[in-house]
Amino acid sequence: MAQITLIEGITLAMARAMEEDDRVVILGEDVGVNGGVFRATAGLQERFGDERVIDTPLAEVMIAGMSVGMSSQGVKPVAEAQFCGFTMPMIDHLMCHAGRMRNRTRGRLSCPMVLRFPSGGGIHAPEHHSESPEALFAHMPGIRVVIPSSPSRAYGLLLAAIRDPDPVIFMEPKRIYRWQREEVIDDGEELPLDVCYTLRDGNDLTLVTWGAMIKETMQAADELEKQGVSVEVIDVATISPLDMDTILESVGRTGRCVIIQEAPRNCGVASEIAAGLADAGIWNLHAPVKRVCGYDTVMPLYRNELKYMPSVRRIVDAAQQVLEVS
Amino acid sequence: MARTVAAFKVDHFQFLGPDGNLLDSQHVPSLARDFERLRELYKLMVLTRTFDKKAVALQRTGKLGTYASCLGHEAAHVSIGAAMQDEDCFAPMYREYGAQFYRGVKMSEVLLYWGGDERGNNFSGPRHDFAWCVPIATQCLHAAGAAMAYKLRKEPRVAVSVVGDGGSSKGDFLEAINAASAWKLPLVLVVVNNQWAISVPRSKQNTAATLAQKGIGGGLPSIQVDGNDLIACLWAMDKAVKAARQGKGAFVIEMLTYRLSDHTTADDARRYRPKEEVEEAWDKEPLARLRKYLTNQGAWDDAQEEELSNECVEFVQHAADEYLNMVENDPQPVTAMFDYMYAELPHDLTEQRDHAEQYPEDGGHH
Repeated sequence: MAQITLIEGITLAMARAMEEDDRVVILGEDVGVNGGVFRATAGLQERFGDERVIDTPLAEVMIAGMSVGMSSQGVKPVAEAQFCGFTMPMIDHLMCHAGRMRNRTRGRLSCPMVLRFPSGGGIHAPEHHSESPEALFAHMPGIRVVIPSSPSRAYGLLLAAIRDPDPVIFMEPKRIYRWQREEVIDDGEELPLDVCYTLRDGNDLTLVTWGAMIKETMQAADELEKQGVSVEVIDVATISPLDMDTILESVGRTGRCVIIQEAPRNCGVASEIAAGLADAGIWNLHAPVKRVCGYDTVMPLYRNELKYMPSVRRIVDAAQQVLEVS
Repeated sequence: MARTVAAFKVDHFQFLGPDGNLLDSQHVPSLARDFERLRELYKLMVLTRTFDKKAVALQRTGKLGTYASCLGHEAAHVSIGAAMQDEDCFAPMYREYGAQFYRGVKMSEVLLYWGGDERGNNFSGPRHDFAWCVPIATQCLHAAGAAMAYKLRKEPRVAVSVVGDGGSSKGDFLEAINAASAWKLPLVLVVVNNQWAISVPRSKQNTAATLAQKGIGGGLPSIQVDGNDLIACLWAMDKAVKAARQGKGAFVIEMLTYRLSDHTTADDARRYRPKEEVEEAWDKEPLARLRKYLTNQGAWDDAQEEELSNECVEFVQHAADEYLNMVENDPQPVTAMFDYMYAELPHDLTEQRDHAEQYPEDGGHH
């Protein structure tokens, strides 16, 4: 069995979905001959033809708007935005149409579409290439938001996203596109779109995170383990709808929680999780819930980007503050 | 030194003058002699205007929410519906009732939508047509996407979208033109230019001589027609829809008309628009000229007009009763806001739905 990277898991899932359902069509800028700027669609146009892997003119609003139109008429578009920063003009079509088409037509029309794009910082990219806008999308009713953090979860979650009857925002943590290799069996098995994944079991503290921050969080967990702390790590993976039950169950046992996100703190997903703990888990908490986040600033240009993003040390420090409360 | 590498012209088409006479009786499309078809469309134009009057009255008496009138646009709108097949796809903005009635959307559905009930968008007419689209010009790209779907599946279907003069300023319109040009999509984009984007007149929107030329800028054949002349509108629509169905690509048609009403019932156009301009526009409105033409041709008479008038009032009253009865006696329950959010309701929304169900009467009435 092949050991593959996260981005190869994405390519594999798209190929599988296109093989099994001829309604699935890929569109985006440079996705065809070029195979995408990160090569997520490499080889797919060659294999499925230029009517199923479509190079579009350079127009993000058009990609989003046409995906709404196509998906409502029986085609299943898997659209790519080249970078997270370029999804902002697409928000009109996602918020005002994709997320509400089923509701406003009482089920007559719907938008089974996927918008996937590389997200997050840490790869020395130019301006507008490094943001983590998941909270913007999670705030939209009618839309699912998914962020995989391993090759197998990328494969299983993207397959589920493409097969899902509703619109899915699929954010790809590009910093870990090629971080780990893992055996992924191309068996067409999808993963559920509404559960968190427990990556490590522990009793003293729950670390909750998603996307590329898995890397620093697991390293922080290793360090804490060395100090004799038993750490549970949860990968949220399906940001919206959020599986609070898994998090509540874990924190119910550990009584302590730190949430780590790369995005700015203000009104972020970490805040939503913390509010969920305050609402339904407060009697099990032994200490305040801490959030370790990107700062509420503009994502800095690359010379400072690693200082913006939560570091292993910042996570360990927050964990120790939480552990000190008796 | 410079040489001309591109040049363009925009043709304007009008066959029927405001007095109901053909401008040039030697050169008219054959549909000008198809009195049966013209009579049917004239009846629908009158019915649409009767509906519009009733809808405004319902709003003024507190029985309907904000409503966007179609007064003055009847020829443009009816021609759009009449040129399309059932299997084609219409992506309207929010006042193209004439086109939608032709396609089978019920009057009570229009009233339900403006009456604040989502069931209005669940058209009994063509089930694949798009719902009303308030975010300006976004519908153009949905139609382009629909056209792309039909092209990919090699189905002989055409998507038609309408945008206003105001909406032609938006990127969505221009990106739809670009997409249609790049992929030769079976798409017809109609700019119903009624001269006013709420309070901003056409003259302040840009200095282009026509809005049709925006289509030419993107590589599409584009023409302008008198939007108050049903014959010109329908001739252009027939031509464009036929070409699109034959795989010849997309078309832009600018229909020049005038918004005789306020923008919506929440607007008061007297604040920004001279009375004289509106009076002048009434002299060119589409119903009177078609009625005169049909009468002159011996295809219509006063008795028929009176009968039609009575029929329309009765039909519209029936639709209004149907709407009022539905909102009064069969309102959507509080849970209706949850039930179509997703194909399957996620866990957290199920909880919120259960919560809302405990407060079925909260919020009271407006």
